Amino acid sequence: MTALPDTAYHHQSDAVQARFARIKARDVALRVQGLGKVFRTPKGGETIALRGIDIETHRREFLCVVGPSGCGKSTFVRILAGLETASSGTVFVDGQPVNGPGADRGMVFQGYTLFPWLSVLRNVMFGLEENGESRRTAAREAREWLSLVGLEFFADSYPHQLSGGMKQRVAIARALATRPRILLMDEPFSALDAQSRARMQAYLIEIWKKIDITIVFITHDLDEAVFLADRILVLSAHPGEIAELIEVPVSRPRSQGQMLEREFRATRARLDALIHPPDDEDDVKPAAIKPSIVTRLVAHGDEVE
Amino acid sequence: MGGIASSTPTEAPRPPIADAFGMSPMRRKRRSWFGVPKPLGRRNALSLTILSFILPLLAWSAVSYVPFLWHPLIQVSDPGAVDYLQPGMRVDRETFATEVAAAKEAGTAPPQGIPSNPVYLPAPHEVAAAFWTAITTRPTFGDAIPLPQSLWHSIQIIFWGFTISSILGVPLGVFCGTSPVFARIVEPFIEFVRYMPAPAFGALMVAILGIYDGPKIAIIIIGTFFQQVLVIANTTRRVDGMLIEAALTLGARNLRLVRRVIVPAVLPQLYRDQRILLGWAWTYLIVAELIGTSSGITFFITQQARYQHFENVYAAILIIGIVGSATDIVLALIGRRLFPWAKEEA
Ligand SMILES: Nc1ncnc2c1ncn2[C@@H]1O[C@H](COP(=O)(O)OP(=O)(O)OP(=O)(O)O)[C@@H](O)[C@H]1O
Ligand SMILES: [Mg+2]
Repeated sequence: MTALPDTAYHHQSDAVQARFARIKARDVALRVQGLGKVFRTPKGGETIALRGIDIETHRREFLCVVGPSGCGKSTFVRILAGLETASSGTVFVDGQPVNGPGADRGMVFQGYTLFPWLSVLRNVMFGLEENGESRRTAAREAREWLSLVGLEFFADSYPHQLSGGMKQRVAIARALATRPRILLMDEPFSALDAQSRARMQAYLIEIWKKIDITIVFITHDLDEAVFLADRILVLSAHPGEIAELIEVPVSRPRSQGQMLEREFRATRARLDALIHPPDDEDDVKPAAIKPSIVTRLVAHGDEVE
Repeated sequence: MGGIASSTPTEAPRPPIADAFGMSPMRRKRRSWFGVPKPLGRRNALSLTILSFILPLLAWSAVSYVPFLWHPLIQVSDPGAVDYLQPGMRVDRETFATEVAAAKEAGTAPPQGIPSNPVYLPAPHEVAAAFWTAITTRPTFGDAIPLPQSLWHSIQIIFWGFTISSILGVPLGVFCGTSPVFARIVEPFIEFVRYMPAPAFGALMVAILGIYDGPKIAIIIIGTFFQQVLVIANTTRRVDGMLIEAALTLGARNLRLVRRVIVPAVLPQLYRDQRILLGWAWTYLIVAELIGTSSGITFFITQQARYQHFENVYAAILIIGIVGSATDIVLALIGRRLFPWAKEEA
């Protein structure tokens, strides 16, 4: 592979440029202004989880959020969902300030959080019923959402009978059923094995293409972020601030084969540089090994590499 | 993939490296009897269960049938010339020995007897016989009530006490578990009352509710209710917060959230709590039934004890144990049906 210049990820093809222009012409779906979050620890200390986050996403945009562990990704998405209150700043959805959880924002969690006592169908009906739909209407709509995620034949199964990927598809259908403007996803696929994850990514893109939804997707898998996102919000840790907002230059439709493309690698390289800076303190160089009871194999001339 | 095969023939065989350094890998194998519990096989579990009953039964049989184990008394079979001894009487070994010696010295007929246990420890077969008689025939003396009838009366007391307690205690516990404000208002006082022994309210309850079943049911309620609120509240507090958050993002609020998410989420565990609490209710039964006019299985027990029919006393206690465990097993089986998603919990 040829080395790429550091700024290679800035380069966008005409098609990609045109696509970003189209996205930006759409209404703003989500506006976050000066968002900050301070956690007070019981001992009186303070953790600044987020500071000064400003971002706008447009309708039908796919935004991924990445950052080192503990940088406040979950906090960010939980504030958007209304499950956590911001210490400062405001979140607007379609111009309305967010105040507590609401049906205009759907959420998919890393743990599947399906209700184990309800059938798959009743799980998907849950939000519809809570928002005042009659049981008949809710059941009819829930079936449609289930067929969107390809699980119409599992309507009467129970969550404990499904695989992880299927559970997460039900969770997506359940979150989408109340027709939210924004779908928030906090590491939804990180509990899945690599193959199901790749399949779920493809599924998610298919779903996203079909319906009018803006997605905010948290992940710590950088390839996943590049593969899915229009833009990637990179957060830095302690405090959680915006390190960079990257426009992904990889063209759509996406496929796993694009991983080897120049744009993909350039973006991935940039993310790596942002999240794992080369002079990472944690990186302890293995010292010259002195023969000891533990390293006796090396002294014996029996190296594995 | 022939890499391994092609490279090895050139190397001379070496001794194992660890041995070359005079250190062998640690090969000590020890079995650990404790650890993360793994489910036993069905058959193992069953035989261990049977064993857990056989062992105490064996101990009891040994003490009853092996004459040199314990047997502190002599049961007189022939009083000989001693006036105050009668056949069937139990006297301690020393007294008996003195009497025998005295009789020998005086040249009169010595008393005869066999080693025996005190009357309050009947042998297993005696209890088994009493058990069978108690459930099949009417007692012949006094104002005795047949055992099945006594038992049925006791079961009704338990049923009403536990039901009334649950109707009040379960919802209160659930609300305490879901609302910290509610919990702060209710729980400290309940915590305080919990330490007052239920039987202490006996006289009061008789004064208020009369001498029949009212105060007995009240004692069961007092004994169960306060624990129940706290136990149910704690269980409810352990609900999976993620499920509640998911429900909130889907638009569930307040009472609907409690009814549609929190209660179903903790229901398998609540059910299990209720089973344990029902066991506690049984433990209050005996005290409850002593209050006012004695009744139910307790009346049967005290009456039989007065006539020194200890085998009947054991039979009655055994029946309480059997009825209690049988109820619990049936409830456990029902629970497995009701909550198939929580197999390990029910
Ligand atoms: N309820 C809380 N109370 C106190 N501190 C908290 C709380 N929740 C999060 N934090 C702190 O806020 C910071 C951000 O946490 P957050 O869970 O948002 O990180 P994250 O980016 O999602 O991490 P990860 O990649 O591990 O999921 C962390 O330092 C964490 O310790
Ligand atoms: Mg997180």
